[in-house]
Amino acid sequence: MQFPILSVIVLTPIVAGMLILLIPSDRKTEVRVVALAAAIIALFLSGWVYFNYNISAGGYQFFERYDWLPQLGISYFVGVDGMNAPLVLLTGVVMFTGVLISWGIDDRPREFFAFLFILASGVFGVFVAQDLFMLFFFYEIAVFPMYLLISIWGWIKTREYAAMKLTLYLFIGSVVSLVGGLAMYFKSGLNTFDMIQLSHANFPESFQIFWFPFVFFGFAVLGGIFPFHNWSPDGHVAAPTAVSMFHAGVLMKLGAFAALRVGIMLLPLGAEYWRWLILILALINIVYGAFIAMVQTDFKYVIGFSSVSHMGLVMFGFATLNKEGLTGSGMQMFSHGVMTALFFAVVGMIYDRAHTREISELGGFSKKMPWVAIAFIIGGLVSMGMPGLSGFVAEFPIFMGVWQVKPIFAIIASISIVITASYIIRIIGRVFFGPMAEEFDHHVGDVTVLDKVALVVLCVIMITIGVFPSIMSGLVSSGVDRILSLFGGA
Amino acid sequence: MSIQSFEPAMIYAILPEILIIVLAGFVLVFDAIWKPEIKRGLGWMTAGGLLLVMVVTLLFSRPPAEGQLVFGGMIHNDWMSFGFILLFIFAAAITTLFSMDMKGVGQKGEFYVLMLVSTVGMCLMASSADIIMLYLAIETTSIPMYILAGFMTHDDKSTESGFKYLLFGATASTIMLYGFSLLYGFTGHTNIYQIAVSINDPQFPPVAIIGCLLLILVGFGFKISMFPFHFWAPDVYEGAPTPIAGFLSTASKAAGFVVLLRVLVTVFTPSAAPEWNNMLAVIAVLTMTIGNVLALVQKNIKRLLAFSSIAHAGYILIGVVALSQLGITSVVFYLIAYLITNLAAFGIVMTFSLVVGSDEISAYSGLSRRKPWLALAMLVAFLSLAGMPPLAGFMAKFIVFAAAVKVDMVWLAFIGVLNSIVGLYYYLTVLKHVYLFRSDDESKPLDISRPYSIALTILVLGIILVGTLFGPWFNISTTIAASLF
Amino acid sequence: MDFVTNNILTLILFSPTLVALVILFLPKGEKKLIKWVALLGSLIPFVFTLLLWFSFKKDTPGFQFETQSLWYAAIGSSFHLGVDGLSLTMVLLTTLLTPIVILASFNINERVKPYMILFLLLETGMLGVFLSLDLLIFFVFWEIGLVPMYFLINQWGSEKGERELWGGRKVSARSYASFKFIIYTMAGSLGLLLAIQMIGVAFGTFDLTQLFTLFPNATELANIPFNLSLEAVKSIAFWAFVIAFAIKIPVWPFHTWLPDAHTEAPTAGSMILAGVMLKLGAYGLLRLVLPLYPQQAHQYAGALAFLAVMGIIFGALAAYGQDDFKRLVAYSSVNHMGFVVLGIAAAAYAAGTENALLALNGAVLQMFNHGLSAAGMFFLVGVIYERTHTRNLNDFGGLFTLIPVYGAFLIFTSMASLGLPGLNGFVSEFLVVRGSWPIFSFATALSMIGLFFTGAYILKGIKKVLHGPTNEHWVGHITEINFRELVVISPLVLLMLFTGVWPAWILGLINSAMQMLFKG
Repeated sequence: MQFPILSVIVLTPIVAGMLILLIPSDRKTEVRVVALAAAIIALFLSGWVYFNYNISAGGYQFFERYDWLPQLGISYFVGVDGMNAPLVLLTGVVMFTGVLISWGIDDRPREFFAFLFILASGVFGVFVAQDLFMLFFFYEIAVFPMYLLISIWGWIKTREYAAMKLTLYLFIGSVVSLVGGLAMYFKSGLNTFDMIQLSHANFPESFQIFWFPFVFFGFAVLGGIFPFHNWSPDGHVAAPTAVSMFHAGVLMKLGAFAALRVGIMLLPLGAEYWRWLILILALINIVYGAFIAMVQTDFKYVIGFSSVSHMGLVMFGFATLNKEGLTGSGMQMFSHGVMTALFFAVVGMIYDRAHTREISELGGFSKKMPWVAIAFIIGGLVSMGMPGLSGFVAEFPIFMGVWQVKPIFAIIASISIVITASYIIRIIGRVFFGPMAEEFDHHVGDVTVLDKVALVVLCVIMITIGVFPSIMSGLVSSGVDRILSLFGGA
Repeated sequence: MSIQSFEPAMIYAILPEILIIVLAGFVLVFDAIWKPEIKRGLGWMTAGGLLLVMVVTLLFSRPPAEGQLVFGGMIHNDWMSFGFILLFIFAAAITTLFSMDMKGVGQKGEFYVLMLVSTVGMCLMASSADIIMLYLAIETTSIPMYILAGFMTHDDKSTESGFKYLLFGATASTIMLYGFSLLYGFTGHTNIYQIAVSINDPQFPPVAIIGCLLLILVGFGFKISMFPFHFWAPDVYEGAPTPIAGFLSTASKAAGFVVLLRVLVTVFTPSAAPEWNNMLAVIAVLTMTIGNVLALVQKNIKRLLAFSSIAHAGYILIGVVALSQLGITSVVFYLIAYLITNLAAFGIVMTFSLVVGSDEISAYSGLSRRKPWLALAMLVAFLSLAGMPPLAGFMAKFIVFAAAVKVDMVWLAFIGVLNSIVGLYYYLTVLKHVYLFRSDDESKPLDISRPYSIALTILVLGIILVGTLFGPWFNISTTIAASLF
Repeated sequence: MDFVTNNILTLILFSPTLVALVILFLPKGEKKLIKWVALLGSLIPFVFTLLLWFSFKKDTPGFQFETQSLWYAAIGSSFHLGVDGLSLTMVLLTTLLTPIVILASFNINERVKPYMILFLLLETGMLGVFLSLDLLIFFVFWEIGLVPMYFLINQWGSEKGERELWGGRKVSARSYASFKFIIYTMAGSLGLLLAIQMIGVAFGTFDLTQLFTLFPNATELANIPFNLSLEAVKSIAFWAFVIAFAIKIPVWPFHTWLPDAHTEAPTAGSMILAGVMLKLGAYGLLRLVLPLYPQQAHQYAGALAFLAVMGIIFGALAAYGQDDFKRLVAYSSVNHMGFVVLGIAAAAYAAGTENALLALNGAVLQMFNHGLSAAGMFFLVGVIYERTHTRNLNDFGGLFTLIPVYGAFLIFTSMASLGLPGLNGFVSEFLVVRGSWPIFSFATALSMIGLFFTGAYILKGIKKVLHGPTNEHWVGHITEINFRELVVISPLVLLMLFTGVWPAWILGLINSAMQMLFKG
């Protein structure tokens, strides 16, 4: 029997979390070391899976299947294909860099890492799940640790409110989808939650049209779709750095991915019927998100809203239901995940030293932390969709996809590129260049080696994908082909 | 159903009850002999004895696959009774362990005896097949509980709770008894299976059926604290000794559900099925909603848990309403999951109030720094109540909602889902106090005695186990449910 | 050796990036080391270009030294490079100017490392535009060139000067200039981006060699947006392309970013900006617009010619009115590039004729020449600024007696810029005028006014700086041009002379290329 690599990836964080809980609470260094070790293992394994996926063979690979509750057709069933392999790798990367960035957490690091890892396991589980029940199971596991992580270690001004809002919003979204999932389960008559089989269930059209909004929007809430995006900016800002990285970098992809996997793939006729609504809402995300980001005065809020805008692009691509659009979405999920993890890491580094995030109060940070400045500039260029970096190779196919469906939307969405460019450049100019305020000059120092490692890793990934998009595009395309085959080759 | 006359082998059917009574006898005897300082040992004895009973029952009292009526039709020995008997004994053992260190409670032999007697009553409730037996069993369960609720005679709240419970309970039982008597009057039988045969005769006036059903529901409804017979629960739970509140909210409620199921499914189906189905659906919605909404404003944790229990009764009722094989299975599974979860919750409250002396939610601030493991246990218990994976509560809710969707009552599932969200809010609020808020008492030690640790550990592990490896538990629930049909 | 010949374009394109990477790992304190590594490193692509120049067969049609590798197969784009006469000219200009510009930057002492790295990355960006044969790669390198320029202006640009924004907020002049530069250009290229997306969607490939055949022959598109006719779609795409390039060149009235950007940029930045980056736009017109949209180009050539003439005239007038020497030179770029656009417009209108060929020759040669002379002019302005710390023409006066060698070079370069016969500027401007006179007589006539004012502003500049009574302030406070600066300006001056006297060395290549591309 082959090595159950996917299960190991899924379980490593939570097992490590349990181990961490057993360490006495004053041994903070041991806690951090164990956490880092677990993160490295997860990263290594997820990278291994990514690069060993056989693109020409296609389909789901690295299968594992165990019966969980046969009477209800529930099984523990995992596999990777072109769409989720990059996301698994993304989670590994964000987990690794998140641990590095959180090295300095001094207030109960043990509980922090334990909860963070429960979250990580939940995320891994959702990405690789091929059984609908299992997807929900791990999806919910990923929701509740956010509450504790934000409310305990978050920004003191808004953390309680933001944590509760986020948890309730996400929970509502997920249970609404859950009911939809149950409906599918019973209607199919197959007595199984196996999604591969369910995707061939041929639900009647009226059923699909009715249930699609519940399922899609239930998950898309976590993806930040307008008008259910409200939890996201507050949640981002209130969360501690590593949690924001996870939140924007991975968790929002969880929602989008689940919306794709369960909504679009299992209810294709419903997707076709509702695609115009999704296109329009995503378009609002893109443009409105960018506008709102432009007027923010708090650095972290700018980035929070920019995430809303970029996730809009992902769902924009989904709604095109064609090869280019879906490929672009797949790549955008990865590219934006890395980029936004970097952004939040940078914000955290600045806030830890300056204790303010008001753009008007910051300035001149490139002198004190040059690595951070360069990293942020690279991230900013990715955000603008600058060619040569991963943002461009992700956004370009999405636009191509939209051209095939509704060209005017592509034109409207492109406005956001200019808006994004303007606020990113403005922030770079104000925060990193220009004069530094007196009070910062003395106690703001450079970032630690670990921080730099994290930044370098993230930047290298974005540049590599930008320069060699084929490293990822082939893989994602093969996954997209599978999805399109469910639409009868549309 | 043929009613068999007495055969010695039938003893096995009531072996657990007999053994428990024997154990009660032992406790009484040793209570008289032992000096007050070592009377705590009675607790160990009770718990150990119950464990022994469980083992013996498992080995010897397995029922036959289809169930049989024994003792002249008084007892129906099937998997439902078997499974729940084991569950009640388990709950009693845990409660005993929790009560052992409670002042004024744990050192008194009467306490343990009353608990044991009540447990016997519950076991009989689970297996009754005759309305007279049923009434006797219910009373056997309830009367000791009235006393137990008011056990702390020096505490006004406890006395009030006991008294309130008595009044409510007595009234409810009376009305139920009237219903039973009418049933007997109409059909001429006391055995529920024979009653069922008579009632299902198309010529039987429906008004009579509904009337009896309503009256009987009063008693059962009281036991499971469903709307509109839930008013006693918050006050009683708040005043009663905390382990008893736990026992009440779990075992007693479960017994009520068993009885409800048995009577509804056997007697009133299919004759009055649509009527009671719709009625219970509405009641379920009201119960859930009232329980959840009122829990939002509570400042006392026992009251909050009381309202939460009411809400959970509502969720379980969804499964009852769904009725199919899956529906009953979901009820059974939910009761198992809920039992271990709620016992854990009340157990933690017990431990905490012993040291801190307060049941206010705000007193829990900073618990996570004071005693991280206890806080973790609380996290597990409350998240299970909220229905989060990978804990037992999630699976329980999942199956209940699945049952509702299966019989096309999607609206009911939706309402249940929305209620879960409200529930999540107040459970998280409690956890917020535990994990987020700080207090000056953080560094004071919080000692937990041995029996607590054992009980709590078993429960927490159980919650996680049932939540992740739920296969075997689901199978057991299915077997239990199947025996009803 | 085979490896070199087979991959020469890739080597030329990426050697600057490799050098930049090497510099990244040098310690930032070693300024001298960094500068020399950058200089010597930038000579590498120049050497390769010379190799290419001598191996290039000018009479073979089509692209030579092509390479194609996998890039983004999922959407039909590959990494496709190739060179023909037109791009070879531009590549030569770029790889020639970069070492000169780097040598000119040897007086920078602040943050030398990032400065050099940015310049080298900029070089890769520009070379990429000239060498790419895939629309998407073209766009990638087009945009890549913007970022280093932004930072060069923003961080190393002129320290003095302030601009006031809306609401009374003051920002430094270089912030304003750099921001305007990048946003203006990016906004312009937005249309380009959308048009490229559309082309990719419609034709399924971004490869230029394929598109050159597919495009004109397309009778219907696979996905017609808004149910427009093919012609309407082509028109829209045409304008999208044209506007993006027009902003870059710049064509009046899209030129307003240029004076600020050129003036506030550091000397070397202005040199390369005027020297090469403006040519990217003109190259785009020649490489993409004329071959892909011949009918639309023909249709709108008149408008383009009109704008070109406006640029020539207004650029010259504006230059004449300047007090800031650098700004004067900046406007002169608008003026000179106007000739390029006039030539292209004429060629567009009368495609395939002898006159069109002449105009094109003139346009391309003007691109090369202006590269040399603009770089030279900006450098000389920089030289005097470094000594006097002012660019105001009125502050100077009679400097010829104090710094005669500098004066000689200034006069020489100015004459080349003015178009004195015997120097390179004359040849190209003559060809443009000769070619467009039969096609757009009126416009050409008007442009002569511009030419007149060109003389005016050049002479004004020289007079104010070098002639007239010596400004006592500078006596004893101004030093002659030094050895390094001589090394910088000499190659430029030599080439200006050489091209003026014997233009055939490059004109032959250009002519063959234009013939092959735009034969009737």
